[in-house]
Amino acid sequence: MSPLLAQVEIRERTEGTCVSDNGFCPDWIVDNFDRYVDPFLQHVLLTVVAMAIGFVISFSLALLAYRRRWLINPITQVTGVLYTIPSIAAFFLLLPVTGRGFLTAIIALVAYVLLIIFRNVLTGLDNVPDETKDAGRGMGLTDRQLLWRVEVPLALPEIMAGLRIAATTTVGLATLAFFAGAGGLGEQIFADINFKSNVVAAGGLAVALAAVLDGAILLAQRAITPWTRAASAR
Amino acid sequence: MNDFFDAIDFIFSERESPAGGARVGGLANMWELTWEHLQLSGVSIAIACAIAIPLGLWLGHTGRGGFLAINASNVGRAVPSLALIAFFVAYIGVGFTNLTLALVLLAIPPILTNTFTGVRQVERDTVDSARGMGMTGTQIVRRVELPLALPLIFGGIRISAVNVVATATIAPLAGVVTLGDPIINVNTYGDEGRLAAALVVALLAVLTEVVLGVVQRAVTPRGLKLEGGSRWRRLALGMPNDRREATT
Repeated sequence: MSPLLAQVEIRERTEGTCVSDNGFCPDWIVDNFDRYVDPFLQHVLLTVVAMAIGFVISFSLALLAYRRRWLINPITQVTGVLYTIPSIAAFFLLLPVTGRGFLTAIIALVAYVLLIIFRNVLTGLDNVPDETKDAGRGMGLTDRQLLWRVEVPLALPEIMAGLRIAATTTVGLATLAFFAGAGGLGEQIFADINFKSNVVAAGGLAVALAAVLDGAILLAQRAITPWTRAASAR
Repeated sequence: MNDFFDAIDFIFSERESPAGGARVGGLANMWELTWEHLQLSGVSIAIACAIAIPLGLWLGHTGRGGFLAINASNVGRAVPSLALIAFFVAYIGVGFTNLTLALVLLAIPPILTNTFTGVRQVERDTVDSARGMGMTGTQIVRRVELPLALPLIFGGIRISAVNVVATATIAPLAGVVTLGDPIINVNTYGDEGRLAAALVVALLAVLTEVVLGVVQRAVTPRGLKLEGGSRWRRLALGMPNDRREATT
């Protein structure tokens, strides 16, 4: 765990090489790519699990607040405070309660994404035109059918936009998860923060993961809301 | 629960470092760390504002560079703050100035995006009537677009400020001794010192959010508060409910 030990391990000290001069060494990255695989997978796991749990909680909260409007303010305030507390502080505030490890990191990351997803789901539902809902009612849909067949589908672009913001932010915050003992790419960055090749490889993987998740959610959105394309093509 | 009491005790009473030698804890020590934390964050936010607000006003006024202004915050979000700081440490070096530079880069995108959006969402009719009254371009920016964009601009500053205060916690990695020091150098400060620092950092972030929220409300032109109260309230709550707004 000690960064000093890890430094000795990560950089061999042969004189006159790119590595000992602390240059940017693509060859070193290719040769040592193995060491980034596990942290990367941990990172993916942290992000995906936090997103999934965060989505389930905040989507339920948003549905609840959509019907019972008085809940909006208290939920916004509580999730707002959770959103504001820096994750790195949250990790250590949770430490006496949940101990070191994956669970602590997940709780802090979930706490962070709640507000983002909650308000986007709610905005999406609120933006569904009244005429559309009236038309649905006129066709004899019950409240529940209206919600799942009209309101939620029409809110999807907004919901997915929230998920994209949440995904990129979570990838960024998960780089700090090693403070909670949950590994991830941050641990690799921290292992030798002065070594250019290491920083570029680990940081680059994190940025790439954020970009890929962002793109994947965007593609998913296009696939499940074909009507938005038809509308913009007109 | 005892851990938390120990942490609070650490804030108020000095003790010998577990590593020996230096004395840590107590209000003087905590204030020293907090002050460095505030200086670093304050300077970074001020510089970021000085760059991003004029740029955003200009881009918004001329309607140019919308793609850049809107996507700045998307790109900014995708770069983890730890990676950004590590990049600076490895390539540019450690120290207050270098770290400030990194934090400025971190703080610019939300302010830029929000300033641009704030100006663009001023109704064209309003700008046209200002022009009809004989205002010059500069006057329109200063007397019409800037005041009407202020709530959103401050929304951007809030997002950046909270983010910078949070990120300043990892500043000790770049050789600046902020409240992150007890968190990163746990051997010197002990577990209770680390928890104490985490508490103070969390408090500082929430305070930043609340204080800037009050400022945001104070700078909102009265006309905006009267018109469409619900929309103003949403802004005041920091809820970007408007489609055109691209915050967080």
